[in-house]
Amino acid sequence: MNGFGGFLMRRTIGTLATLLAISVIVYVVFYVTPGNVAQITCGPRCSPEQVHQVAQQLHLDDPLYVRYWHFLQGLVAGQDYSTGTSVEHCSAPCLGLSYQTDQQVLSIILTRLPVSLSLVFGAMVLWLVLGVGTGVLSVWRRGRLTERVLTGLTLAGWATPVFVIGLVLMIVVCGELQLLPFPQYVKFTDDPEQWAWNLLLPWLSLALIESASFARMTRASMLETLAEDHIRTFRAYGVGERSIVGRHALRGALAPVIALNANNFGSAVGGAVLTETLFGLPGLGQELVHAVSVVDLPVVVGMVLVIGFFVVLANAVADVLYAVADRRVVLT
Amino acid sequence: MSLVRVTDLTVEFGGLRAVDGLSFTLERGAALALVGESGSGKSTVASALLGLHHGTGARVGGSIEVAGTDVQAASDGELRRLRGAKAAMVFQDPLSSLDPYYAIGDQIAEVYRVHTRGSRRAARARAVEVLDRVGIPDSPRRSRSRPHEFSGGMRQRALIAMALACEPELLIADEPTTALDVTVQAQILDLLHTLREETGMGLLLVTHDVGVAAESVDDVLVMRHGRVVEQGPVVGVLGAPAQPYTRELLSAVPRVDAVRAPSQVSDEVVLEASGLRREFGRGKRAVTAVDDVTLTVHRGETLGVVGESGSGKTTLGRMLVGLLEPTAGEVRHDGHARVGVNPAVQMVFQDPVSSLNPRRSVGESIADPLRARGERDEGRIRERVTELLERVGLEGAHYQRYPHEFSGGQRQRVGIARALAADPRVIVCDEPVSALDVTTQAQVVALLGELQRELGLALVFVAHDLAVVRQVSDRVAVMRRGRIIETGPADEVYDHPRDPYTRQLLAAVPALDPEAAARRRAARRELASA
Repeated sequence: MNGFGGFLMRRTIGTLATLLAISVIVYVVFYVTPGNVAQITCGPRCSPEQVHQVAQQLHLDDPLYVRYWHFLQGLVAGQDYSTGTSVEHCSAPCLGLSYQTDQQVLSIILTRLPVSLSLVFGAMVLWLVLGVGTGVLSVWRRGRLTERVLTGLTLAGWATPVFVIGLVLMIVVCGELQLLPFPQYVKFTDDPEQWAWNLLLPWLSLALIESASFARMTRASMLETLAEDHIRTFRAYGVGERSIVGRHALRGALAPVIALNANNFGSAVGGAVLTETLFGLPGLGQELVHAVSVVDLPVVVGMVLVIGFFVVLANAVADVLYAVADRRVVLT
Repeated sequence: MSLVRVTDLTVEFGGLRAVDGLSFTLERGAALALVGESGSGKSTVASALLGLHHGTGARVGGSIEVAGTDVQAASDGELRRLRGAKAAMVFQDPLSSLDPYYAIGDQIAEVYRVHTRGSRRAARARAVEVLDRVGIPDSPRRSRSRPHEFSGGMRQRALIAMALACEPELLIADEPTTALDVTVQAQILDLLHTLREETGMGLLLVTHDVGVAAESVDDVLVMRHGRVVEQGPVVGVLGAPAQPYTRELLSAVPRVDAVRAPSQVSDEVVLEASGLRREFGRGKRAVTAVDDVTLTVHRGETLGVVGESGSGKTTLGRMLVGLLEPTAGEVRHDGHARVGVNPAVQMVFQDPVSSLNPRRSVGESIADPLRARGERDEGRIRERVTELLERVGLEGAHYQRYPHEFSGGQRQRVGIARALAADPRVIVCDEPVSALDVTTQAQVVALLGELQRELGLALVFVAHDLAVVRQVSDRVAVMRRGRIIETGPADEVYDHPRDPYTRQLLAAVPALDPEAAARRRAARRELASA
């Protein structure tokens, strides 16, 4: 099958296979990780009997493949879970219940996903504008003071941890100048305006860091394009520098920017832990770190699958964008 | 007033003087060729005419006047108004010279708008008009194509169309046909000729190919090491060269009508192929690169395989060596069917730069086939490599040197030494001299001939250059679209071609004699209209 339909189908199959493989790996990694999961789940003050009971309830003593089989069953057909006092039905696609809270993993994810997506989408717009803009500017003014200042700034941006920028922003903007209230997550559906105002600082601090790598990437690949033969052609035809840089060199530099963006977007969905923690945003990253620390396997697997899904999705979108940006690319 | 007046031009890059005291003039409507080998500074001169060295760190001395603009004193703005509007340039590689991301019509329109400040619509219309003028069929539709959707010849036409967009007084063509097949080259040269007749623009042609110059210009300037060797009317300089270098250059140019002394061919068949077929891709996208090719090569003989790009000649060469498995048919060597590579059949590749590992010394590269055969004694390897290096005209002491320290011709000699290391009976040479200057080319061809006589080698010489193939071959096979369409003794095929395609190919080869060139151009027009 050819064309866009074929591409979508191949990608969907590939995505499912990737996600399955990821889930197997997570199961195996947690299985071989040392430590008594039942003890951790039950808490430090549990008696050996209680720990044993928890282990049974969570099927921790079953062999790995049985537990994985249960997981798959839940995913496809749903599952009933006994929580000790009652039986809870978890309908398909069921990612299981949290060891810690007995909450359905899917609902945990669904409450946290909008937060992460809000953060990352907004930040992405900013980092693209800032990063690519800085890159173009430094290429256009290459060899001059502007370029050196911008190069220095991006290097500094690259080297600064997000919590430093975030803290400084918060202290200055919210504390000293009192331009904004200290950020607090507001749902987009509740109040779009407050949503944006509250996310402004998290967006800025995440974007400032990320934009540094975009600036460097844009600059490097534009300089590479500028050395190509077709740029020489347009110079030899009297086309001005503004059009050469802004039209021809930038277009040639888009592909690596698209690739980098897919990568950074995908990893920021589950990986913006520092930003989330700093600004108190209840996103995926925060929850994932917590779940890992208490060996809450169902939550970890669910989270990793969702994050993996976004990474794969971001890359598929990038491939489509490649083909739009460069007609020589054939989607396969 | 002359269209171009260059006086005492010097161009220096760092400490290197690329152009040294060059002076010439070009009158309005006239055509001048700068002819020289690589490194002679001819392209540097072409760039200097448009002030393209401004801001690159090159030091340009002397005076340059183009279409009334003093290029040396001109501001950036004045230079931009000169470039493309009064003097336009056509480059060698038409694929890399166009922006891959934009439609061809848009690129031409952009250039037009820079100089005329016309509307977008008018610029687009002008683009279609010039594309039509250079012979792009269905130009309104094709103007929306990207460069990769055009063939090599069409791309070069598109670049020429871009040059024509603003009706320049001077066209600078820097190796405009070097990347093209010979039939396409003839079409482009004919196009340039016609355009010049019609528009009266001056032409400055930069080329390494004396034949291309003879076809296209009135005056010629031979360059070497950045200096003028000889200049004057093309009939005089090429017909009766006064300088030894010009004579050397001319004698090195292979002639398509030269008869060659035959090799000592024995009856012994060393390599034969029957019903060879090779497909690439699957299903609807399958392409048959080689289709039902049968050939034999005798000991001591050279078989020339000639064809244009895409004719399947390289694929055939690779199958003969065993680098590619045929889809059907078989290759027999000394009467035995063969699978995979065989030390008795070696290959010399086209590009001596990329076919040697830049991170290993040439001695190590030559030693590879010896080691592959199981030789472990370092002393013997060293001895054999030294012998091979000397045999191909290099020095034994070159063992430790790296490819970048050698010139193109020397690198190709290393490639030949590497092929010889395995004591082959057959060497398949895939375009072994097409990346080399004519004088170097002549030396490498002479070396191959010597080795053949001495070692009784059979050679399969794959090339697109008809003259070179005639120079080296006893028998010739002409390939087109994967098939051998004509084969026979070289003299017969060249002097009495039977197939119309062979005739067309031979008619397209540039002649060294300008008068003959004019006759052949007329003949091509007839062939085209017939």
